[in-house]
Amino acid sequence: MSRLVDVFLHALTQGSLYALIALGYTLVYGILRFINFAHSDVVMVGAWVSYTLAGVFGWAATGSPAIAMPVVLILTMGICAVLGFTIERLAYRPLRRAPRLNVLITAIGVSLFLEHAGRLDAVFGPDPVSMPKLLSEEPLFHIAGVAVPIVDATVVFLAIALLLLLEWLVYRTKLGAAMRAVSFDERTASLMGINVDRVVSITFLIGSALAAAGGMFYGLKYGQLDVTAGSVWVLLGLKAFVAAVVGGIGNIRGAVAGAFLIAFVENFMATYASPAFQDAYVFAILIIVLLVKPGGLFGSVTREKV
Amino acid sequence: MKTLAQRVPELTPGLLPTLGRSIWPFLAGFGFAYLMQVGIAPAVGEFYGSLLVNIGIAIVLAVSLNIVNGFAGQFSIGHAGFMLVGGNAAAAIVYYGSIKLWGSPEIHGGFLGPGELLLVAGCVAGGLWAAFAGLIVGLPSLRLRGDYLAIVTLGFGEIMRVLVTQTGPQLRGKDAAEASWFTLMTKLNGNLGFSNPQGAYLDPQNPFWVWVFVSILLIVAYRLKSSTHGRALLAVRENEVAAEAMGVPTTRAKVSAFVLAAFFAGIGGALFAHELGSTLKPDPSTLGFQKSFDIVIMVVIGGMGSITGAVLAAVILTVMPELFREFDQYRMIVYALALIFMMILRPQGLMGLRELWDTSWWRRIFRRGGAS
Repeated sequence: MSRLVDVFLHALTQGSLYALIALGYTLVYGILRFINFAHSDVVMVGAWVSYTLAGVFGWAATGSPAIAMPVVLILTMGICAVLGFTIERLAYRPLRRAPRLNVLITAIGVSLFLEHAGRLDAVFGPDPVSMPKLLSEEPLFHIAGVAVPIVDATVVFLAIALLLLLEWLVYRTKLGAAMRAVSFDERTASLMGINVDRVVSITFLIGSALAAAGGMFYGLKYGQLDVTAGSVWVLLGLKAFVAAVVGGIGNIRGAVAGAFLIAFVENFMATYASPAFQDAYVFAILIIVLLVKPGGLFGSVTREKV
Repeated sequence: MKTLAQRVPELTPGLLPTLGRSIWPFLAGFGFAYLMQVGIAPAVGEFYGSLLVNIGIAIVLAVSLNIVNGFAGQFSIGHAGFMLVGGNAAAAIVYYGSIKLWGSPEIHGGFLGPGELLLVAGCVAGGLWAAFAGLIVGLPSLRLRGDYLAIVTLGFGEIMRVLVTQTGPQLRGKDAAEASWFTLMTKLNGNLGFSNPQGAYLDPQNPFWVWVFVSILLIVAYRLKSSTHGRALLAVRENEVAAEAMGVPTTRAKVSAFVLAAFFAGIGGALFAHELGSTLKPDPSTLGFQKSFDIVIMVVIGGMGSITGAVLAAVILTVMPELFREFDQYRMIVYALALIFMMILRPQGLMGLRELWDTSWWRRIFRRGGAS
């Protein structure tokens, strides 16, 4: 029983992380129709920036004040939002009319750039580090004998809060309506007086801020930051992307549902079947879902016309 | 006056003349490979020799991926997965095969010796095994289009990698000699990758087989591009619905392109596995999605669908990192920036859809008897 609860909690936390990252993929895909391979590197930068900030403020030692976490979180999200904005402005905007394959390769280029620029001594350095504990290690409460750490509870709570905020933004505000209009048909949206460039920029700001939160939460939960060019980040990003595709890419609620589905299957299969194939399960779900329902669980298939 | 149908038999060349005409490109290719072996490799030394081997392997990978990405327009980013499958199969066949045949995994025979024939058999078997994997992957996933196909091929590549990581440890000596082939094929040394302390077949001084496979692939790709099947692939790339309306069996065309690409990717993986110094190294960590991206970048930089473009890009992208090895920290940053600028400034790649002999400066140099 306690094992079941334990796995459930892990899956919940991991699902929240995947959801935060998956939203960035799905927002960008919904509007620009390309896979932003550099998104996982924004996650990486988010984690490393939060580590650096904690050091700058001197909160790296244990016993940091309660204000540490929110301050670092907000600053990290802000910095990464600017990073995402800059990437879009410099690398993707000149290619708005180019074939999507070119944008994809550019995204790989941006990804390589961030990974290897991050490795420089002047930036983040070439070695993995351990993330300072910005949150107390005391368990918050117990369920069926399983301690729920504050970290996990905070991650889940904040992730859900951010998701609800995004939900409100996209479905209840004028900006959200503009985003959905651009996603539906860019040309018509621009004819209706929507500033498409501005909407795309804002999408990148939001997606990158969420990715930064995901990166920081990842660091808080697992305590270790892999080197900037590490495959951990790419794999994290890939799984989040798989979540977005499984939920129907371009669909915000679908991405969240996909993230939790992926996290639950991954964790339960790893615990109760075989941990060795943990990464394979995720891709197996992806393949099965796409073969049965090519648009993803909550997506719609567009028929190709001549 | 005979009708055209009646004249077909007399217009069709006989088997022997056809064979005679078809064989000379292969002979030229093998001649070139032999020249590489006896002339160029000893003359340029270890460093450039290994660079030449790397270039050859990169050409095999880039041109084979170009068949599916460039000709057929089906965006696949799981090429390294097929390399891994083919590489491991070939490594297992050569290593365990040597033990079974000769009792030790040493390098048997010199140039064109029995060991090298086993190597070739291993490469071809690795290719066939990868082609089989390509069929399994391609049949279901080629129903998908564009980005979805890309993600599924990536997913299959990762699954293959995870499966190989879970194989048992490599058997040595007597254990290997007594085990059955079925058992041996599941002993691929998991995460660490195969190793043969006795040496590797393809060292910088022994590039013959790499260039043999390069020539075969180049001839196959060139012939394919101008054949009916190749035209069908190009039609699928340009517009799948229109191609289908013209009677092109689109699914069959796509799957066959995918299988052919997987076959040569398997051979590329087999060559890659037998290349690196004293270690056979088809280990899963070097053949992840990053490797797939590298190959995709070669194809896109060269120009989707251009064989000479893919060759050119493979050469440039293999030589450049070696030249800038001393700027270790910065070379990947420069590479990334170059990639971004290239995509913005020359989105069609170096050659675009053209081949080398279609370019204007080539025509200017090799113009024959005025403009035609």
